[in-house]
Amino acid sequence: MRKLYMELIRMRFLTMLAYRVNYYSGIIIYAINIGAYYFLWGAIYGGQQQLGGLSVEQMTSYVAIAWMSRAFYFNNIDMEIAQDVREGKVAIEMIRPYNYLSVKTAQAFGEGIFRFLFFAGPGIFLISLIIPFSFPATAQGWGLYLISLMFAFLINTQVNLLTGLFTFFLFRNDGMMRAKRVIVDLMSGLVLPISFFPGWAQTVMGFLPFQAINYYPSLIFTGAITSGRAWELIGFQLIWMFIIFVPILILWRLARNRLVVQGG
Amino acid sequence: MQNMKHIFGIFADYLSQYFKTRLAYRADFLGDLASNLISELINLVFIIVVFQHVPLMGEWTRDEIIFIYGFFLVPYALFSIFFGFWDFNERYIIRGEMDRILTRPVHNLAQVCLESIAPDRIFGVISGLIIMAYAAIQLDLSFYWYDPIIFIVLSISGALIYGGVYTAISAISFFSDSRTGITPMIYNIQQYGRYPVDVYNKVIRFVLTYVLPFAFVGVYPAAYFLRKETWYTYAAMTPVMAVIFFGIGILVWNVGVSKYRGAGS
Repeated sequence: MRKLYMELIRMRFLTMLAYRVNYYSGIIIYAINIGAYYFLWGAIYGGQQQLGGLSVEQMTSYVAIAWMSRAFYFNNIDMEIAQDVREGKVAIEMIRPYNYLSVKTAQAFGEGIFRFLFFAGPGIFLISLIIPFSFPATAQGWGLYLISLMFAFLINTQVNLLTGLFTFFLFRNDGMMRAKRVIVDLMSGLVLPISFFPGWAQTVMGFLPFQAINYYPSLIFTGAITSGRAWELIGFQLIWMFIIFVPILILWRLARNRLVVQGG
Repeated sequence: MQNMKHIFGIFADYLSQYFKTRLAYRADFLGDLASNLISELINLVFIIVVFQHVPLMGEWTRDEIIFIYGFFLVPYALFSIFFGFWDFNERYIIRGEMDRILTRPVHNLAQVCLESIAPDRIFGVISGLIIMAYAAIQLDLSFYWYDPIIFIVLSISGALIYGGVYTAISAISFFSDSRTGITPMIYNIQQYGRYPVDVYNKVIRFVLTYVLPFAFVGVYPAAYFLRKETWYTYAAMTPVMAVIFFGIGILVWNVGVSKYRGAGS
């Protein structure tokens, strides 16, 4: 069984590798995104030293790291699930001797590894030549970041599985998936560090899982917190993972019992 | 001309088909409206939160930036109505639907546009107008009698610029082996036209003006209504750019179609 999933991860990785245009455009996307935000924040800071507790240098590093983390955790498996449901492929998937959701997760993982190595890696290298940028100083710092990033991937993938599963009940939910994407980008701290939000909004967002998707690993990367606090954040991520697991299981049960295949 | 009339006739037929299919999934229809609204609001959140910390972005005030964003929503909505083939590569190239398109009597691009028409995106125009109205009241803007006409011209131009760039990029599917294509890239870059381009460095400004001219969908035309005289030349160039870029889009598309060999299915 483990061999099967390893193979799935490898296959998706190789599939990503096979399309050269995507690869080049991906690097350009990351460079442009990080670059554009760099200037945007530069303009926002104007002459100010500190905003939301961050200096302009910390802000630019933060943006770069946040995008780098996103390269790993981002995937479109909700769209893939929706497509499988619409085309009736999901019926075939259901009778195969593996768990459909685990398969999707494995594929997403293969994609994540690819993006991390080929987009985020070169992207960060290029950026570090232009703007002052500090990597974690110790092996422990790297270790903590990678553990936290792994959980970020799992939580984001769970959120995607959840929205993907809704397709079983709504048939078409592209709108919901689009909205989810912008909500996750905003609430996870990708476009704005959480400390920028007004106090009440920060409190509300503390009760939501989205910070665990980007803000926690990015915070650990910057080394702005102690290792004790880092473990605490990883603990939160673990708790969120278990919490989101419950609705996925329930929906998956229901979905299997009321699958309506539209053609196929 | 006869040809155009033909296309519009077919357009009406597709429109009625569209509403039949959309209303078959009523929940999805409402969900789509709600989610578009959420996406639009979230972009506003970014602007509002940032301006809680600073009075100005470059030379621009919060309400000016909000006005630009509201303006941007209008051409963007018009574009989404007619050029909604986000999954062009998947749907038409990989599955060989393009072969069917080529057997149709109307121009193949028109046919593709018709098949993915999304009239419900018209609500984007409404949210854009509401956001602009709010900003205009805050800024105490005054308008001339001919401004609505200019507004319509600039909005349609903006939509055509998007349409041209987007058509050219979809046409890459005819040449390359890429699967998911470059759509996410455009999705990502388009938003930078919404901010004043003078905040970026020269390279990005150049790209947003002459290469992927998204600044003509946001800040340049909006600058006219904000009475920023420095940018009037650029605002006036918008229709010209629209003709050029939509022309390029159709050209690349036509070359791509002539290169297209079929899916072999």
